[in-house]
Amino acid sequence: MKRSAVWLPLLGFALVFAVVAMALVRPADRTVRSAMIGKPLPTFSLAAMVPGKPGLGSAVFTQGQPRLLNVFASWCVPCIAEAPMLMRLKRMGVPIEAVAIRDTPAAVQAFLARNGDPYGRIGNDRESSVQLALGSSGVPETFVIDGKGRIVLQHVGDIRDGDVPEILAALEKAR
Amino acid sequence: MIAEAGLAALWLAAALAGLQLVLAAIGLRLDATRPATGDGPGVGAAEIMAAVRPVAIVQGLLALLAMALLIALFVRSDMSVQLVVANSHSDKPLLYKFSGAWGNHEGSMLLWVTILGLAGTTIAIVERRLPRATLIATLGAQAAIALGFYAFLLFSSNPFARLSPAAPDGQGLNPLLQDPGLAFHPPTLYIGYVGISVAFSFAVGALITRDVGPAFARAMRPWVLGAWIFLTLGITAGSYWAYYELGWGGWWFWDPVENASLMPWLAATALLHSVSVLATRDGLRAWTVMLAVVAFSMSMVGTFLVRSGILTSVHAFAVDPTRGSFILALLLLYIGGALLLFGLRIGTVRQGSTFELISREGALVANNLLLSVILGIVLIGTLYPIVAAAFGVQLSVGPPFFDKAAGPVALLLVAVMAVGPLLRWRRDDGQAALERMMLPIAVAALAMAAVFIVTGGIAILPFLGLGLAAGLAAASVAPLWKRNLRRTPLFTWGMVIAHLGIAVSLAGMASDSAFTKETLVAARVGEPHRVGPYTVRLDGISPVIGANWSALQARLSVRRGDDGAWFVLRPQSRFFSSPPTTTSESAIATRLDGQLYTVLGAPDGEGRWQLRLWWKPFVTFIWLGGALIALGGALSLLGRVRRDRQAVLREAYR
Repeated sequence: MKRSAVWLPLLGFALVFAVVAMALVRPADRTVRSAMIGKPLPTFSLAAMVPGKPGLGSAVFTQGQPRLLNVFASWCVPCIAEAPMLMRLKRMGVPIEAVAIRDTPAAVQAFLARNGDPYGRIGNDRESSVQLALGSSGVPETFVIDGKGRIVLQHVGDIRDGDVPEILAALEKAR
Repeated sequence: MIAEAGLAALWLAAALAGLQLVLAAIGLRLDATRPATGDGPGVGAAEIMAAVRPVAIVQGLLALLAMALLIALFVRSDMSVQLVVANSHSDKPLLYKFSGAWGNHEGSMLLWVTILGLAGTTIAIVERRLPRATLIATLGAQAAIALGFYAFLLFSSNPFARLSPAAPDGQGLNPLLQDPGLAFHPPTLYIGYVGISVAFSFAVGALITRDVGPAFARAMRPWVLGAWIFLTLGITAGSYWAYYELGWGGWWFWDPVENASLMPWLAATALLHSVSVLATRDGLRAWTVMLAVVAFSMSMVGTFLVRSGILTSVHAFAVDPTRGSFILALLLLYIGGALLLFGLRIGTVRQGSTFELISREGALVANNLLLSVILGIVLIGTLYPIVAAAFGVQLSVGPPFFDKAAGPVALLLVAVMAVGPLLRWRRDDGQAALERMMLPIAVAALAMAAVFIVTGGIAILPFLGLGLAAGLAAASVAPLWKRNLRRTPLFTWGMVIAHLGIAVSLAGMASDSAFTKETLVAARVGEPHRVGPYTVRLDGISPVIGANWSALQARLSVRRGDDGAWFVLRPQSRFFSSPPTTTSESAIATRLDGQLYTVLGAPDGEGRWQLRLWWKPFVTFIWLGGALIALGGALSLLGRVRRDRQAVLREAYR
């Protein structure tokens, strides 16, 4: 055996050690990111969820104005937590459209009556098919769509106070 | 008081481990500096080294006492102990109170040191063949490993911590773990891991005393063999548990934690074969020592991956990042230290005897290299997501990678395995070897032709798998031809049966992946559905109450073909209230030619129920093969121990 070859195992171990130590020091981001960011919104057309409010189609997002697309459900607790933030964004003049996942009209109506209604349109996504097409893995998630129907930002989880500036900046940039 | 007594026993055991390490170190030092004129070790060295054995024995017994006291706490449901509150419940069946003692982080680490301590006790009592210095160095290395784990338990995961005020009742054990499989799966794997740590200690001991040779290999071999048997059993049992308890219909998912148990097995398999070469032919010295270190590294890496939670896994019930750093430090200390010692010392180990390419040794080297390649593939596949995450890429590595990368290498390994036992030691004639291989080759070709004619062609890997399995089955019994079966040594029987087990298991895997039929339906009551040769009819759904769960149970009437007798299967969807969890209890009908696997899913609200039905031809062969492999290992161990005992007696009477 060559003199230097006896140190190869130690080198290999150092490499493996570096990899796992790094993973321990800097835990990986476990959020599931959409693969659709930077790509055009998939084409869809959803029926209205609640009476008096139109359903949602992908055509709305290509009208030139950046919009938020909020994926929510009446049975989702973090959705209640983020409702005040969405109301604030609405008051700032941000158009917000919504996809309601696996829900019933009565439950969504009760949800909106209790937590406020920031939405322009709400599409009824009974089977989560649009949610999956968006690359969203849970509720709530919020997408920033530019005026040409391209997804520019995905926010996973409820929107908190500190998240608002990032969303506003993305909207501004997409203008 | 029981908890305090347990903690005291643990501290005492740790102190004794420290003493064992120090005594061994001093003894070896004195021994090494003795005057060159004397024959035996110096007087002081002999006395100090004589103290190491009893200390090792008492240390193991104290660890056992601590474990017994922890089990007592669980059985009595002592809710003033934090661990019991977090992992048990007074309503649990007794078996799960018992197994709950190691169905959690702290308890499982205590089980680990207990087995480690008992292994030290066993070496101290039974090992008489090794030169004394090597044995003492081995016990010293063993104490060093134990000391690290005692520190881990005492400083960062004390199983005996009290809870004040005491809780009214426990939080329950994860229902997935409330299964007889859990009572045996972790202890089995741990015995395997610890057995490997003993092999590691032997290797370190041999490196320290520069005594790498057949005597060392013969002392190490039973431990490697024993560890390997338990790892095989543990993996086989774990695979079957995942198969029937998770309700996903698969038997191996290339999950990081499954890989963590597979990697030590691969290394141990390689070590098992190379240690045989060292013991019988005095070859592969450096390589064997290296493999012992690698095998132990893999079991440490396995423990680390499971305990630290740096990888997402179905075994996420055992996760804590802060503890990861402690195990990582131990990993650095032991493996880094051992490899450093290896680099420093291996140059002074004389080269063993050599051999030609076409020989039994050559085949064993090929076996070792291919096993190492598979080990490398599994290691890279398991760690790759971590590396990718460092570059900001999210990905998971799953069956498509492992099947494609490891599958062909494994098939090649099977081919080498068929040839190996038919070759002679030292050197063999290629032509003659080929003649001996004619029958297995013919059997493999016939099997492939038969599969092709019957099925009209299947995927390439299962196709080759079936053919090679048939060839290997023929080749593995070949060493018995023309032999007097009653005079054939037990360890030859062991090899034959273990290799046959691989063939059986491979046939099961290939058949499962090629011929499984799956039906996923939303079934109405009374509606018949077909899966493979079976007709399944949902008769109705009824509630069932168990000891600590309630369930919805489907009654399925099943018959084979159009005129078979009806029989009933009862898959359940179980609900546990503490902690609230739903589990699927699959109902499985086992037949000679396979299993019908049924799972009850959710209702759709309109009177239909989801049913998942699988017909899996010969799937049972996978675990039957696993059991045969372990049986072969056990026969081999028995044969070796008996022959060694006879050899020792012969020497004693000479």
